[in-house]
Amino acid sequence: MSDHVVVSTRKGLFTIERDSGDWRISGADFLGDNVTLFFHDQRSGHDYAALNHGHFGAKLHRRSNGRWEEIATPAYPLKPEGLVDRDGWGKDIPYSLINIFSLEAGGPEEDGLLWCGTIPGGLFRSRDHGGTWELIRALWDHPKRQQWSGGGTDWPAIHSICVDPRDSAIVRIGISCGGVWETRDGGETWACRADGMFAAFLPPEMSRDPNLQDPHCLVQSPSAPDRLWAQHHNGIFRSDDGSASWREIVDVPPSSFGFAVAVHPREPDTAWFAPAIKDERRIPVDGKLVVTRTRDGGRTFDVLREGLPQSHAYDVVYRHAMAIDESGDRLAFATTTGGLYLTEDQGDHWREISHTLPPAHAVRFAP
Amino acid sequence: MARIVFTANLARHIDCPADEAEGATVREALEAVFRTNERLRGYVLDDQSALRRHMAIVVDGKPLRDRVTLSDPISAASAIYVLQALSGG
Repeated sequence: MSDHVVVSTRKGLFTIERDSGDWRISGADFLGDNVTLFFHDQRSGHDYAALNHGHFGAKLHRRSNGRWEEIATPAYPLKPEGLVDRDGWGKDIPYSLINIFSLEAGGPEEDGLLWCGTIPGGLFRSRDHGGTWELIRALWDHPKRQQWSGGGTDWPAIHSICVDPRDSAIVRIGISCGGVWETRDGGETWACRADGMFAAFLPPEMSRDPNLQDPHCLVQSPSAPDRLWAQHHNGIFRSDDGSASWREIVDVPPSSFGFAVAVHPREPDTAWFAPAIKDERRIPVDGKLVVTRTRDGGRTFDVLREGLPQSHAYDVVYRHAMAIDESGDRLAFATTTGGLYLTEDQGDHWREISHTLPPAHAVRFAP
Repeated sequence: MARIVFTANLARHIDCPADEAEGATVREALEAVFRTNERLRGYVLDDQSALRRHMAIVVDGKPLRDRVTLSDPISAASAIYVLQALSGG
């Protein structure tokens, strides 16, 4: 069981601690600053926080022995003079870090190795706990990268990184909008793996192009790693073959649109989603905040609402803002309107921890 | 030497007192400061060493014209203010 929840918000990083059965906000770091992600590295014990200052750019901080320090930020290489590098819609791609959009550990045997996904579409790796970063050139230089585009952001965003628990050289990433990409050799070569996904908002001749897909969030079952779940712009998709193919999950009440997804650590058929009205409105259906849960791989869903606001709730749960702990019983999510909700029974009952936090970007459990 | 003043809001994140630097252009003066304060560079310039989108520089009372190469000329008597643009919120 994890007794700490860490919430990254527009105005700081908040730690919520379980104490005698209650959950209380016990700490606030970077108060006033825009904290976009938090990540705890179980191998080293380090904490990492990504910040994005409106004026001064994206930064990374690392906490060890209780003290935060700013560390190196992934940086894009000098753009060769005269090079034309445009996204899928013909817009010039900036060769500059816009935002840090995902941060994950390498395998348990890869001490100090971190993966970092960014906007405008570069994937970076550190081998020294974030002391230095290298751009994964094989992906950046892949000609298909120029077909990617922004989805909810101006530029392509690598938002999900799944390191295969069977082999750390196998890494899958989710890109808005660039589908799902996989390396099987630690980043040396890459291939798009989004067959079966479709984008109804594109013309028919483009809608099933794997490289144009907009998965909002991608998670991999730790206990059955060939099972992946994707909350996609167009609905919920599932893969049973390690992302080689995907199929849509249909008839999901009250909506299959959303951003976040969580999978149970030991039950690959059990997953949670945070639905909203698609597509331009992006508010809870009927103003009722709910979480959906499937226990049978997506054939049926429970709509979980006990303890959640059921009147005039306009919360949206961003893609990184729902988390599950290692027990599989505790989940937490935070919202764009500053709500933080937590369950200790897989979503049957929720408790409101706060409704006055700043708008939330991300939620993680921590030891 | 030109005088360079950084917005006080930067000081919350990084030590950056007002400084003096030699150079014929804004670029040269800033580079002289960054040589002794490397981390400050990333707060003012982007990865291509252009001025960040939501930063502004005023040289002797006039907005910087060349935001990409920072080639605006300065003199030894120049005052360079590195500021936040209100576009950044």
